[in-house]
Amino acid sequence: MPSILPEGDPAPDDGRLPAHVARRVREAESAGAPRTFSLYVHVPFCEVRCGYCDFNTYTAEDLGPGASRSSYAGTVTGELDFAAGVLAASGVPARQLETVFFGGGTPTLLPAADLVGILGRAREVFGLAPGAEVTTEANPDSVTARSLAELAAGGFTRVSFGMQSAVPHVLATLDRTHRPENVPSAVGWARDAGLEVSLDLIYGTPGESLEDWRTTVEAALALRPDHVSAYSLIVEEGTKFGSSVKRGVQADVDPDDQADKYLLAERLLAEAGYRWYEISNWALDPQDEGMHRARHNMAYWRDQDWWGAGPGAHSHLAGVRFWNAKHPAAYAQRLATGVSPSVGREEPDAEARFLERVMLGVRLSEGLETSVLDVAPDGGAQARGEIAAMIAEGLLDGRAALAGRIIPTLQGRLLDDAIVRRLAGF
Amino acid sequence: MSPMAIHAPVPAATDPAVIRNFCIIAHIDHGKSTLADRMLQSTGVVQPRDMKAQYLDRMDIERERGITIKSQAVRMPWNVDGADYALNMIDTPGHVDFTYEVSRSLAACEGAILLVDAAQGIEAQTLANLYLAMENDLTIIPVLNKIDLPSAEPEKYAAEIAGLIGCDPDDVLRVSGKTGVGVEALLDRVVAEIPAPQGNTDGPARAMIFDSVYDTYRGVVTYVRVVDGRLSPREKITMMSTGATHELLEIGVSSPEPIPSKGLAVGEVGYLITGVKDVRQSKVGDTVTSAAKPATERIGGYEDPKPMVFSGLYPIDGSDYPVLRDALDKLKLNDAALVYEPETSVALGFGFRVGFLGLLHLEIIRERLEREFDLALISTAPNVVYEVTREDGQVITVTNPSEFPEGKINEVREPMASITIIVPSEFIGAVMELCQGKRGQMRGMDYLSEERVEIRYWIPLAEIIFDFFDQLKSRTKGYASLEWKTDGDQVADLVKVDILLQGEQVDAFSSITHKDNAYSYGVMMTGKLKELIPRQQYEVPIQAAIGSRIIARENIRAIRKDVLSKCYGGDISRKRKLLEKQKEGKKRMKMVGRVEVPQEAFIAALSSEGAGSETGAKK
Repeated sequence: MPSILPEGDPAPDDGRLPAHVARRVREAESAGAPRTFSLYVHVPFCEVRCGYCDFNTYTAEDLGPGASRSSYAGTVTGELDFAAGVLAASGVPARQLETVFFGGGTPTLLPAADLVGILGRAREVFGLAPGAEVTTEANPDSVTARSLAELAAGGFTRVSFGMQSAVPHVLATLDRTHRPENVPSAVGWARDAGLEVSLDLIYGTPGESLEDWRTTVEAALALRPDHVSAYSLIVEEGTKFGSSVKRGVQADVDPDDQADKYLLAERLLAEAGYRWYEISNWALDPQDEGMHRARHNMAYWRDQDWWGAGPGAHSHLAGVRFWNAKHPAAYAQRLATGVSPSVGREEPDAEARFLERVMLGVRLSEGLETSVLDVAPDGGAQARGEIAAMIAEGLLDGRAALAGRIIPTLQGRLLDDAIVRRLAGF
Repeated sequence: MSPMAIHAPVPAATDPAVIRNFCIIAHIDHGKSTLADRMLQSTGVVQPRDMKAQYLDRMDIERERGITIKSQAVRMPWNVDGADYALNMIDTPGHVDFTYEVSRSLAACEGAILLVDAAQGIEAQTLANLYLAMENDLTIIPVLNKIDLPSAEPEKYAAEIAGLIGCDPDDVLRVSGKTGVGVEALLDRVVAEIPAPQGNTDGPARAMIFDSVYDTYRGVVTYVRVVDGRLSPREKITMMSTGATHELLEIGVSSPEPIPSKGLAVGEVGYLITGVKDVRQSKVGDTVTSAAKPATERIGGYEDPKPMVFSGLYPIDGSDYPVLRDALDKLKLNDAALVYEPETSVALGFGFRVGFLGLLHLEIIRERLEREFDLALISTAPNVVYEVTREDGQVITVTNPSEFPEGKINEVREPMASITIIVPSEFIGAVMELCQGKRGQMRGMDYLSEERVEIRYWIPLAEIIFDFFDQLKSRTKGYASLEWKTDGDQVADLVKVDILLQGEQVDAFSSITHKDNAYSYGVMMTGKLKELIPRQQYEVPIQAAIGSRIIARENIRAIRKDVLSKCYGGDISRKRKLLEKQKEGKKRMKMVGRVEVPQEAFIAALSSEGAGSETGAKK
């Protein structure tokens, strides 16, 4: 996740949540549409800082007391205990975890035993729902057959590899250290361990040709992963890449080129039986049964609840968003002194919540139910006019709209932010 | 050395023989105000403790820019050889935009001090005013100022001045307004050389208005020079141009603060207050007479101020429109040359089409609106006034490109200007190339000295109101000085170029140009807008057109990708805030048809094209 924290209100030292969080959770449950609960665990370590990456991650092994690679598992399990205490004290009913996701950074820089240990503590503290999805991100170079088997044995069900590209010069521009030939073996080990496999790809890197991109997608498909994520490269301010672009020593990304590559990816993936279910995500699902989707990420887009553990991690509970101290040392220090690691919090008002619902919902192939628009001050009249216009312009699926869902077409997916703005009335 | 006056002559009871009326002709930064300050001190009318720099320049902008916009008159006593004199120094505006005001100030004088910077020599503007003064038969006292400067070359410039006015170089006085050297000798020369005023003491009163200033507390203060007869307090006076009659509430002299007197007699210079609130009721150049015993003939030379340059002024925040209207109403009280009327632009909303005497006038008004009334404004590219004759013989006066008639046109007349450029001779080629490129016709060239040359052109006014002065300065390394005055008109091959966004005309960008320049304007503007307008969901053609004929075209390609590829748990707050920011930004978008144009694009497109140059003002 991006390392820059949003502006918000200060969070209380005891982490206590407002009373309405508990009330909303209970109300949803009694209405028969319970809010699901997930856990995200951030692991802020990497071997190398990639030039394009603005995530909250560090290459040093030791970032201070409780923030070294070796002590980190202990620190973050401390937060799980703390979280359980906060939820209980705030009156939020206990819920089992539907999904767990280890992201980074490079979680697999920690010994598999550490990851399994953290998951074990989560199981003890919250409980894992039957069939829970447990994913870790991994660098193809930072896993072995043995470590993957150990993860699977410890309860992990899924691994998401940062493959990024199959083309060496593109990987070099991205500062990725792994060798493309390591990906197939890593995928093979994961399969042998019984893990579902997802591959992350990046397109639109300066210097990457359309053919390079085709090579990458085809290389990924040749491994027959269960899931593919493809992200356009974003030049973020404050990254090495961003400042090179600013200084003019590095070509900027070209949005038209990225659009071409998105269309190519969609075509190649669809032909191979992968279905898009979110702007940047495709699942191997030839029969359209909703197979292999990343359930953890679906929870974000469906506006469900999750606790984010680790430095800079964000949480969301029934309309309240809060986030932890960014630096691992500051984060560990707070936990060590019994202070909530959360430093900022916000409660988006009704208008902002509406905007969130719209911007998350229209990213999905399941779309956004049109009834969400009814909360607009005009009862959604203006948004309905826009929907009609956008159907005519080919941005929204007309059949789906008649059935009460707002679903972007392929062209609409590329202009999704424009759809959001128009639905939100600006 | 002359002492200060012992018995200062009393207003209304002063023998014309001891009156000397003079003005100072100087280039903008040649030190006129400093010299005037020094005279106020030397004659004792301002005590040293009350002295402030540039005492006579009342407005902040004048003091900051060193430009005298409104002239005033100061009465100073002076004693030469035991005789007391009354010196009236009439301060003239230094800028060509105010040529008419200068001419009226000169008409109130018998003599002029020609003040030239000893380090820079005479400039075009000074030359122009010098010609005006000599044509009015004023006695000229040549003076070199700033002789204390290390870079001063008094010998060289004394010779130049002597060559211009036909005197001996030794007759050119040398002073320093800064140190005061030579100032008393100069005052003595004024007494000795400038003729006393003459007039009919017993005839019907006739006084010429040479300035008119609005004062918040007193209403309009009118400055006059009495030519015949006398004016007295409480008497009824008539403005001869309109026949309007007012009561003289107060009459007096400035010394330099206003001092009421028992009237003003022949040859005297002073002020009148009648209680009117608008300078338009007390116009520069008009003749004031006594209502009881009126004169029959006006003093010659009266003209109505005529705006030469028009520009649309729009508040950036549309809700400021009433503030702009009130502000213009207020400025108008003090500026007879300011004219305006409401105007609506599709792109810019509600605003005013404002007429100015020239570019500097435009800039001063704009700056005052922004500074004194806290307004943020967009001004459209300035244009001149065209006379368009349609096929059916109907003549249309066009002050705004949008008024340019459609359909067949018999002829278009454009206003012309005579310009004088003084420049070191090495730049003759560069200046000629510039003027030729601006459709100028050469009218003559004279060497002022071996190194300096005066070049005269007859040139369309429209060609010099944009960036002409900037270009002139850059091509002459800053050495050129420019003077211009309007001079007739000519038939020209002019067309209106419209700019269209997706087929919708953007009125703010329409321009009337010579046919030969239409293409380059179209290419420039369409190219600029292509850079300034963000890509939209649709392809947006930007066209430049003359009537229905497209002369230039650019395309803003449709945006193909407008989506953030990653939106996970930690991205949600940030992404939402980004959208909220876009929502705010949307309020600053103007819609042209269905094309969203950021306000900044209008400002950027208009400002670099607009009134960037200022002719000779100090910054």
